[in-house]
Amino acid sequence: MSFVLVQVIVGGLLLGAVYALFSSGLTLVWGMMNIVNFAHGDFVMLGMYVAYVVYTLMGGGPLLGAPLATLVLATVGVVVYFALIRDIMKGPMLAQILGTFGLALLLRYSVFWWFGANFLSMPPDIVGGTYAFAGLRIEASRLLAGVVALLVTLGLHLLLTRTSLGSKMLAVAEDQTAAQLMGIRPDTMQAIAWAIAAGATGLAGALIANFFYIVPTVGETLGIVAFVTVSLGGFGSVPGALVAGLLIGVIESLSGYLIGAIYKDIVVYVLFLLFLWFRPQGLMGKI
Amino acid sequence: MNLKHVTGLLCAAAMSLVLASGAWAEDKIVKIGVILPMSGGTASIGAHAKAALEVATDIINNAHPELGNLPLAKNAGLAGLGGAKIEVVIADNQGNPATGQNQALRLITEDKVAAVFGAYQSGITLTSSAIAEKYGIPYLNSESVAANLTERGFKWFFRTTPIATDFAKAYVDFLSDMKASGAKTDAIALVHDNTEYGTSVANTIAGAFKEKGQPVALDVAYPVNATDLQGQVLQLKDKKPDVIIMISYTSDAILFAKTMQSLDYKPAILLADDAGYSDPSFIKAVGKISQGVFNRSSWSVGPSGSPSAIIADMYKKKSGEEMDDTVGRQMQGFFVLADAIDRAGSTDPAKIQAALKATDLKPEQLMMGYKGVKFDDKGQNTLASGLIIQLQDGENYTAVWPKANAEKAPVLPYKGW
Repeated sequence: MSFVLVQVIVGGLLLGAVYALFSSGLTLVWGMMNIVNFAHGDFVMLGMYVAYVVYTLMGGGPLLGAPLATLVLATVGVVVYFALIRDIMKGPMLAQILGTFGLALLLRYSVFWWFGANFLSMPPDIVGGTYAFAGLRIEASRLLAGVVALLVTLGLHLLLTRTSLGSKMLAVAEDQTAAQLMGIRPDTMQAIAWAIAAGATGLAGALIANFFYIVPTVGETLGIVAFVTVSLGGFGSVPGALVAGLLIGVIESLSGYLIGAIYKDIVVYVLFLLFLWFRPQGLMGKI
Repeated sequence: MNLKHVTGLLCAAAMSLVLASGAWAEDKIVKIGVILPMSGGTASIGAHAKAALEVATDIINNAHPELGNLPLAKNAGLAGLGGAKIEVVIADNQGNPATGQNQALRLITEDKVAAVFGAYQSGITLTSSAIAEKYGIPYLNSESVAANLTERGFKWFFRTTPIATDFAKAYVDFLSDMKASGAKTDAIALVHDNTEYGTSVANTIAGAFKEKGQPVALDVAYPVNATDLQGQVLQLKDKKPDVIIMISYTSDAILFAKTMQSLDYKPAILLADDAGYSDPSFIKAVGKISQGVFNRSSWSVGPSGSPSAIIADMYKKKSGEEMDDTVGRQMQGFFVLADAIDRAGSTDPAKIQAALKATDLKPEQLMMGYKGVKFDDKGQNTLASGLIIQLQDGENYTAVWPKANAEKAPVLPYKGW
């Protein structure tokens, strides 16, 4: 019994780390330019498909798929920034919502058209099976995803707080005009932010692809989790997303096992609403 | 308004534009409205069904004498309506009961379809058929198995597929046969999602086992399109049931297979209630780690040169997929509807309804392994039947039960990977 509980908690933590990773891009973009990217879940989906294509065309596993997905998605991020975001940022909030939403549908149904609606899957042993010790079972692919997630979220946090690039990005987020007077180009900084955010999301997708199914609509399923994680963690806070992701992962697993899966979303969302009631800015957000 | 609702609205708008521009009048066309999941989590089913209906329309609208006794195959078009052609108007239900209902309304009031066909998910068949009933338009369902669909006293609803009660009985008999041959089948666990399909089929199966004096030991419900199923698999691993009956759509079926492998859990008998487990993409994705799973089916490809083998071939050319039970039942249902319209000799709803009521097709006139098609007062096909199949090699299902129809003997225990 207690072994099972440990298994449940470990599983929840690994799941939560991945939630954190694919939410960090969303929170970064919000923190930088107050944009809620509704296409975020579909960026994850694109990352999964890049990993899948790398596997089927070149036989490459995550060592090749993950960096490629990061690069491809970072490029997509920059293109999206210059082609869409830069312009809709000047418009009303509704334009941003509908703009990124349209992008989400465009991405989803482009993939749908190209790959079809079928469910795809990576071979089960692509990351070296499952580790078992003392009755505890940890899938290598989930462990890899969890560890990379922790490292990348930490790296993102350090980048923002400890480097001059990070300071410049935060300066742009704080006050565009003032930053411009200091010789910082807001356009460049924001494009970099999109590259990093989308790249991290693509990486998350490539890692999740190793243990999840791949389908054009998977962004719908995962996107909602990202939004909850980001608002619980505090919009714009990368460490907040990490803590929130881990919390949600563990609460979901525990309540799913102890009370029943059908109620686990209720538990998560009740706790979520209660929490926001007392602390509307989220775990680590600023008002 | 959440993400899904906004998606829904935008998709509906896009769909109606496309459909409106494509729907132009021509002489001697009988329009049939088809409601299917073309987007959302079950879109793969919709894509397969669309290909299947294109094959069915080809068979009806063009001469296919090689298909023997199959009604409407011999000559081109519907003879009863002077050779009129069938046109399919597809509407996307997005996996959402409310959208399905709106689409039924649109097909009936705007596209003026002669009949409605659909809608895969039981929950959406439930809502969309209520609209057809209200407008007095025949509605034929070929694949939704929730028992209550034909218990509503509807006059315009007809269903060709065997339903949950039929399968529940088959499962009870199958498992007692397995028990007789030495397998342990005492503790049964039901694993199902929270949709109309998942809950109602689970209830029906639970009822059938209770009647047999063997109540279900464990009921594991989970939210459809789950992001994580470790808790459920651990729960099963903890309670160790002898038999697990899975009632799941494709996405969750795949995630269950993967999670069971990663947590190293195998029940002695894994029995799936069609749906996700019949989706060819399930077999491609995780067939190799689901070897030995049992499933139900009414489809058997038959010897080469037989009508069913020819149809399977046509379908494979169209879609690139192997024919499966779900698309087979859909094509069969569509043929029954077209045959009724042909016999009605008119697109008048009341005449089609009367023709559907008079339907009496023999096994040799069918592509599926039903004992025939004949509707009772509730609109349910009383001659529908099926068998148990097993994914022994992880690639193809083979018929294993009942013995009379079996190609191979069932293999126990569940092998997995």
